[in-house]
Amino acid sequence: MKSGSNLEKVLAAGHFSVTAECGPPRGADPDVVRKKAAFVKGNVDACNVTDNQTSVVRMSSLAGCMLIKEQGVEPLIQMVVRDRNRIALQSDLLGASALGVRNILCLSGDHQKFGDDPQAKNVFDIDSMQFIHLVKLMRDEGIFPSGKKLEGAPKFFIGCAVNPFADPFEIRVPRLKMKATAGADFVQTQCIYNMKKFKEYMELAKRQGLHEKIKILAGVTPLKSAGMGKFMRKMVAGMDIPEEVIARISAEPKEKQAAKGIEMCIEQIQELKEMEGIAGIHVMAIEWEEKLAEIIGGAGLLPRPVVE
Amino acid sequence: MITGTPKPIEEIMEMIESYDNIILAGCHGCVTVCRVGGEKEVQVLASTLRLAREASGKPIKIREVSLERQCDPEYVEQMRPYVEDYQAVLSIACGAGIQFLAEKFTTTPLLPGINTGFLGVTERQGEWAERCQGCGDCVLHLTGGICPVTRCAKSLFHGPCGGSVQGICEVDKSVKCGWQLIIDRLKALDQMDNYTKFKPFKGWSSARDGGPRRIIREDMI
Repeated sequence: MKSGSNLEKVLAAGHFSVTAECGPPRGADPDVVRKKAAFVKGNVDACNVTDNQTSVVRMSSLAGCMLIKEQGVEPLIQMVVRDRNRIALQSDLLGASALGVRNILCLSGDHQKFGDDPQAKNVFDIDSMQFIHLVKLMRDEGIFPSGKKLEGAPKFFIGCAVNPFADPFEIRVPRLKMKATAGADFVQTQCIYNMKKFKEYMELAKRQGLHEKIKILAGVTPLKSAGMGKFMRKMVAGMDIPEEVIARISAEPKEKQAAKGIEMCIEQIQELKEMEGIAGIHVMAIEWEEKLAEIIGGAGLLPRPVVE
Repeated sequence: MITGTPKPIEEIMEMIESYDNIILAGCHGCVTVCRVGGEKEVQVLASTLRLAREASGKPIKIREVSLERQCDPEYVEQMRPYVEDYQAVLSIACGAGIQFLAEKFTTTPLLPGINTGFLGVTERQGEWAERCQGCGDCVLHLTGGICPVTRCAKSLFHGPCGGSVQGICEVDKSVKCGWQLIIDRLKALDQMDNYTKFKPFKGWSSARDGGPRRIIREDMI
């Protein structure tokens, strides 16, 4: 075991894994996180805690991880290179590991332009690829990039993200390969709505044997309404929501659209579960954590396996 | 070239409010090429300021000067004989030029008349775009002649990020994705193997992060 995390164990045992995410609050109230943790508990193998996503300031990811950990949920810390130089990244890695966080997702982070502080200075000292390499170096070699020895190497199951739907498509699989080679143990994808394109991506990935090198967790986000789908398609760069998906949820009356969104998400998970090379599912129920049990249970993925 | 944009006239009026005789200094270098601080701009700005001050009942005397370069001591020294006859110097050269004047003429206030922009090129008449951040460690031979530090909004060394859509950067619809440009060019050059190579951490000490920089050429001293 590289990290000994529950997620790593579940995947190593050959189970289809389930992760979800909790967005920390825009304030210092820990109860918001505790409430979300209660919805997540028992339904996942690990739960991502986002790191100031879309550059909107929120409670720190590490604090969120500790709060859900106290509630008995295994944390997966998201860390972006937008706000931290290599000094801060190394320090936070050591701190997170010392506090018992065993899973990490190495991200570049949304540009600060999208948040409340577009005037902020960005960092991007290293990029997400180099960040993966950094975590692996510290974990496996027990050294800092300077070559100096660590007093105790951090233990992480190393994750990365990919967006199979961004352009140019031709480098999307090579990029996954680069991330796997740099040291990523697992990958969580951007929300999938365009299953046709995702299958194409997976075919290319499998042709290179990538599904055997890195655990691929397919990302899904249930739509709460047709409006949400249209909004995401328009506002989020690299978000590919085909017209037929929007049409299917739009066909329902407004009050039934949420239920339809969940039904569609469950169907999609079941389809993904049967796809060769998919090792698990990552459910991003944005500000809808209370529906996780229904979705994950509905997809036949409960109870979660216990692996010693 | 170093580009720049004129400061709003109101801001300049506020800066010179307490003075009744100043020098307005242009430069024949980069700021002439990008039409923000050359001889012509000196004339236009001086006339505007004179008219505005006359209209407000507080006329101002402005000496119009255009130096060959404000970043070279031999040209800057040309101002020394008369600089002290004026209360301030309003310079419409780049930040380097303005600071060099301030350094040389220690008892005269120096005022910036432009906002200095970036190292860029003229894409078409009236439009300039950034190309270089002067980070001191060029990798253009690996990236198809397109700079990831400057052209990618996140300065990624392994791009593009997930926000690249049809060649456009997520930050602004008018910005091309730098990594799409790099990939297109590497493909055209049959150098895509450069794309998949892992690039080690960039050393930023040769950039501004290492503190103010200096180049010393012993062979020229």
